[in-house]
Amino acid sequence: MQNRVRTREEGNTMFRTLTASAATALALIAMPALAELKIGSIVELSGPGAAAGTNFRDGVRMGFEEINAAGGILGEQVAVTEYDSQTDPQVSRAMVQKAIDDGVVAITGTVFSSSTVVNMLVAKQAGIPQFTGSEAPSITAMNNPYIFRTAFGSQKGVPKMAKYMADEMGVKKVAVVWANTEFGKGGHESFLKEAEAHGFEIVADLPTEQAQTDFSADVVKLKGIEADAAFVYLTEEESARFLREARKQGVTLPLVGETTLIGHKVIELAGDAANGAMGHVGLTPDANIPAMTEMVEKFKAKFNYTPDHNAIKGYTAAYTIKCVAEMVGEADSQAIADKMHGLTLTVAECPGVLMDVSWDETGEMSRESFFVEVQDGKQVVKAILPPN
Amino acid sequence: MAELIQILISGLAAGSIYALAAVGFTLLWQASQTINFAQGEFVMLPAFFVLVGMGLGLPMWPAIGFALILSLLILGALFKKLVVEPMLPHGTLPLVIATIALGLLMKESVKEFYGATAQPFPAIFPQKVYQFAGASVSVQDIGNLAVSMLAIGGLQLFLNRTRTGRCMQASAQNPAVAEILGVDVKRMVMYTFLINAALATIASVLISPIYLAKFSNGETLGLVAFIAAIVGGFNQIRGALVGGLLIGVIDNLSAVYVSAEYRSAMPLILLIAIILLRPQGLLGTKEGRAV
Repeated sequence: MQNRVRTREEGNTMFRTLTASAATALALIAMPALAELKIGSIVELSGPGAAAGTNFRDGVRMGFEEINAAGGILGEQVAVTEYDSQTDPQVSRAMVQKAIDDGVVAITGTVFSSSTVVNMLVAKQAGIPQFTGSEAPSITAMNNPYIFRTAFGSQKGVPKMAKYMADEMGVKKVAVVWANTEFGKGGHESFLKEAEAHGFEIVADLPTEQAQTDFSADVVKLKGIEADAAFVYLTEEESARFLREARKQGVTLPLVGETTLIGHKVIELAGDAANGAMGHVGLTPDANIPAMTEMVEKFKAKFNYTPDHNAIKGYTAAYTIKCVAEMVGEADSQAIADKMHGLTLTVAECPGVLMDVSWDETGEMSRESFFVEVQDGKQVVKAILPPN
Repeated sequence: MAELIQILISGLAAGSIYALAAVGFTLLWQASQTINFAQGEFVMLPAFFVLVGMGLGLPMWPAIGFALILSLLILGALFKKLVVEPMLPHGTLPLVIATIALGLLMKESVKEFYGATAQPFPAIFPQKVYQFAGASVSVQDIGNLAVSMLAIGGLQLFLNRTRTGRCMQASAQNPAVAEILGVDVKRMVMYTFLINAALATIASVLISPIYLAKFSNGETLGLVAFIAAIVGGFNQIRGALVGGLLIGVIDNLSAVYVSAEYRSAMPLILLIAIILLRPQGLLGTKEGRAV
């Protein structure tokens, strides 16, 4: 082996290399301060749930953009990655897994219950809190400590609506039109339970299919029934088609439903046929709440369409994550999930939630809500219903 | 009784629109042995052309005219030139696969450029309802039925009573002999593609107020039209008409009197029964009559 004396030039090169390496190492150590907090937004951007999913996605997007503009969460900017579930439970499951592999702290979505009941198990296994827009009762009945609603389940909404139907509308005989999906089954079961409690007679029970396009036969059946009202529990696009067909066949029966019957997307799609439809909404852009009105105006300016309740769900999900992470002092998945149970967030301490809201030990939420009727293409609030 | 009348009217109105798409199937098969599995998307797309036209500030009827022109150009001429002509020499199967690919492309393109959510679509008929024998008969249903019947009746007259129509039939029956007799076969085949595009546009404008304009509408329509064409007879216009009407009525009858859950299975059961008992279709002929 031959010894060799380093030249001055070689020495300088080595010094520069060492300095550069040290600088790189220091930069890498300093990286966490500049790191981004990752959120997975998994929603129905295509397929039958696209109307709901797009609204939810845009609400999440707007919420986190505002949060980032105001300095982020605990000084970190939030990076939202969007995944399309295609309204397919198995795809949604794969997307949740992908988001977890990408290192997200929390997940927002999905909206369709059929997807959420499948994909929430993946988030549960990974210990990632998931803020869903789904309303099927089964979601918070599965002993999953990582699932949290952004709107209460139909088992909480339907009782409020049924009570209004009994007390204010004097309903005795009801026909039920429902979607034969996880979402529809949840609402259907909740309504049958409440119908029994209020002494309603179910005079017709009409299941329909997901993404059904032709409702003429269902409306024909409905017309042949003597009832005081029909409870309609379909998703948005199907609700719009149903309302159009009901109008076409001259149905005069009061059509009562949940948010998915009288939401803004439904009103846009059904046009005049939506007038007269009524129901219970957990969130409405037309509620006379200044924070809600302001959010809706900002949303319209940004996305050029009127948001529905799903957009508000997404927006409040973003702010819930922010406020809870700041409460626990760290953007840690487990800490956020633990804090959520039994939590009440008031507008005073977290303005982005728009209305005071509470979560119980199952992830179910409570909040004031509204009974509205569609008049001249707008939701008109007929009553404010207290939390239950 | 009123319920039955209501079901029949609704079924016939929907079935007449299926028939328009089914007639297109039979026309293309007759003229160029093209089984167009993008036919559902051919019915879905013109509705978006109308919405684009209205988005550009056109009133509804000019927007429909605008959509018709675009459909004739894209779904008629360009479809023939860019998809059918290059693929046809390779046989029917590659062409079938090409039309499946085209359908996917159209569907995804609409989703990409117009969004995945359904869009409201203006009704061309007033939203009025009249009572007839206890049934509520809407102007929309009667209008849809009338326009579809007029379109198909007009097509039959054109094919049977005009020189061009007879040349089209001759070209479909025996292109070689037709050419010897001086018929411009290529032009006649092109006319067939243009007629299919026009029928698809009419179907689109009639059905979109009910289905709402959505990128995925073609999935259902294409399947129903294909079944209707086979049930009625793939080589007969009037067979496709009967097949479409039959499926519309059976769909509604089964939803009301059998089971709403299994309604979509009924047309398929009918299809299987027809294939087993009368493979040429209800009005089809074994030897294959021309258009």
